[in-house]
Amino acid sequence: MTAPVGERSTAAAPPGVPLSPGSRRRRRSTRLSPKTYAGFGLLGFFLLLAIIGPALAPYNPSTSTGPTLAGPSWHHLLGTTQTDQDIFSELLVGARVTLLIGFLAGAIATALSVIVGVTAGYLGGWGDEGLSLFANLFLVIPALPLVIVLTSYLPHAGPAAIAVVISVTGWAWGAKLLRAQTLSIRRRDYIEAARIAGERTWRIVCFEILPNELAIVASSFLFTVLFAILTQVALDFLGLVNVSGAWTWGTMLYWAQSDSALNVGAWWWFVPPGLCVALVGTGLALANFGLDELINPRLRTAGLSRKSDAKLARLGFTPVHRALPAAPTHARMGATFTAVQRRADDDPAATPVHSNGSTR
Amino acid sequence: MRYLLRRLGFYVITAWAALTINFFLPRLMPGSPVQAALDKLHGTVSPGVVKALAAQFGINTKASMLSQYGHFWSQMAHGDLGISTSQYPTRVTTIIGHALPWTIALVGVASIISFALGTLLGILIAWRRGSRLEALLPVTTFLSAVPYFWLGLIFVSVFGVTLHWLPISGGYSSDLHVGFSWGFARSALSHGAMPAVTIVLASVAGWMVGMRNMMVTTLGEDYVMVAQAKGLSTRRVAFTYAARNAILPNLAGFALQLGFVVAGSLLTEIVFSYPGIGLSLLQAVQENDYPLMQGVFLVITVVVLLANFVADLLYVALDPRTRQEA
Repeated sequence: MTAPVGERSTAAAPPGVPLSPGSRRRRRSTRLSPKTYAGFGLLGFFLLLAIIGPALAPYNPSTSTGPTLAGPSWHHLLGTTQTDQDIFSELLVGARVTLLIGFLAGAIATALSVIVGVTAGYLGGWGDEGLSLFANLFLVIPALPLVIVLTSYLPHAGPAAIAVVISVTGWAWGAKLLRAQTLSIRRRDYIEAARIAGERTWRIVCFEILPNELAIVASSFLFTVLFAILTQVALDFLGLVNVSGAWTWGTMLYWAQSDSALNVGAWWWFVPPGLCVALVGTGLALANFGLDELINPRLRTAGLSRKSDAKLARLGFTPVHRALPAAPTHARMGATFTAVQRRADDDPAATPVHSNGSTR
Repeated sequence: MRYLLRRLGFYVITAWAALTINFFLPRLMPGSPVQAALDKLHGTVSPGVVKALAAQFGINTKASMLSQYGHFWSQMAHGDLGISTSQYPTRVTTIIGHALPWTIALVGVASIISFALGTLLGILIAWRRGSRLEALLPVTTFLSAVPYFWLGLIFVSVFGVTLHWLPISGGYSSDLHVGFSWGFARSALSHGAMPAVTIVLASVAGWMVGMRNMMVTTLGEDYVMVAQAKGLSTRRVAFTYAARNAILPNLAGFALQLGFVVAGSLLTEIVFSYPGIGLSLLQAVQENDYPLMQGVFLVITVVVLLANFVADLLYVALDPRTRQEA
């Protein structure tokens, strides 16, 4: 049993890297891919901007401070709008509310998904059936139209209300992931042992199960924040919220569109806010990739040197180290929960095992 | 068969839930903005219609919630979504009937292209790991995080306003009539090109990354190694052995992805003033036209459910295990 596994491992391993468990662990801790660092770096930068941005803004974004529709210059780094407002200041001030709504909605949705997902996975039986159906329902109903209809019934909603509305439609994905993972952990020996030892249910859930799902919780949080930011920018762009209220990147785009920045070629007006959204989103997605690679060692390419990697690739084999037994593993986003969930759905007895490197 | 029936049952429940959300939203939301919207109608719209709309949204009625719910279902059974208040006296179903074909053509074609392209690229990238193709991953990560409508804005400004290559708004030239003529087809194609490219560019990354990751996982399986050891051609191993299995979860993730594509497409339509359902939704939102808004939400939900069912059919065709259950 062990011999062929060992053989294959060494065959696929780059020369000079012995595959003892100890070295594996060391390598894992040191080799987070550069993509991951880039992701967290981007995120950190924009979070900092959200905190100190309004203090840095050179002008009041809501008052006219310069020439009309001027391109970027030293006085106005990103030019001015139709109504003489400084775009750079709008961008700096808008970062705060945009990210606030995104992270608030992400936090609420993640809390919801932990509650629903872990409960469903731990309860099993009818409770599980009901909660899973509920989550599936919210997954299939198109989120943005629902958010639009909901928001239109709340004409005076502030940022917090918007965050709540977005989180109502954004929790289902994480809940399904967590349910599948809880289902797989629930019957493991250490949980049984805790149960026999007389630990209370809430203690088992909070201290035995949840810590083993932190990577998934974090990953679904990042994903939900991305969803929330994109949704919120869309709502602002549609003019569904009070566009004359707090500055966000979405309201900047709304004003750019309604004051026909496109037709006069004022690219400095509509390019920066969208670019910022895209960069924050890229940061979130890259950080998520990093977490995924932590959860699923097979997705890691950075563990191999370029040269040997290319050679192996030409052979057509995936360079995979098989120190752990082959297990159904995690992929990203859409593929992730469905792969796990399908197994869990079709065959509740079979418990999918995650090669969850970070928590073992 | 049993698998399909189970899925079908699920979609029926989802449709029921969506309808019920539609019924309860105006009745449970605080402050009744519908009332305000209806108040504005007095004078321009006949009193009978205002009364009917008020009944549809449960305002000023003495009827019990249950009988209102019953009435709501009988309306739905007759395909009656009410009368649009912004385009009075057009029925909501008529407006949606005009808009829906545009959306289905645009989003349908764009989604199929994007799915096919993304899946193929995903297979390629997984197969050639460590090659230059992997440079595509960060690029598409960026593209997937870009708001669709912003990408649309950039396209409008570069290819429409600056270069004058393609028309920037509408679904066809306004001097043409909708019909099966060569001129109309060409006009519709040139108007649809930019929105379609926007949707494909923004959505391809999701499919690609999903497929790449599943493919990487599948390539590690023993049967792939065996196929390789047997000396089968590379193409056969890649497509018939690995990709066929790897595509299943990607297809099952269709629901989640489709939600994003639909959301993005609605906004893309708005940027390009494309005469689809997204533009109808925007008009409804701007004019507080609640009947139209809720009608659009319902129709989008139903179409998404149908698309999901088609994905399920495909899944059954690709995965023999689902057929064996019966």
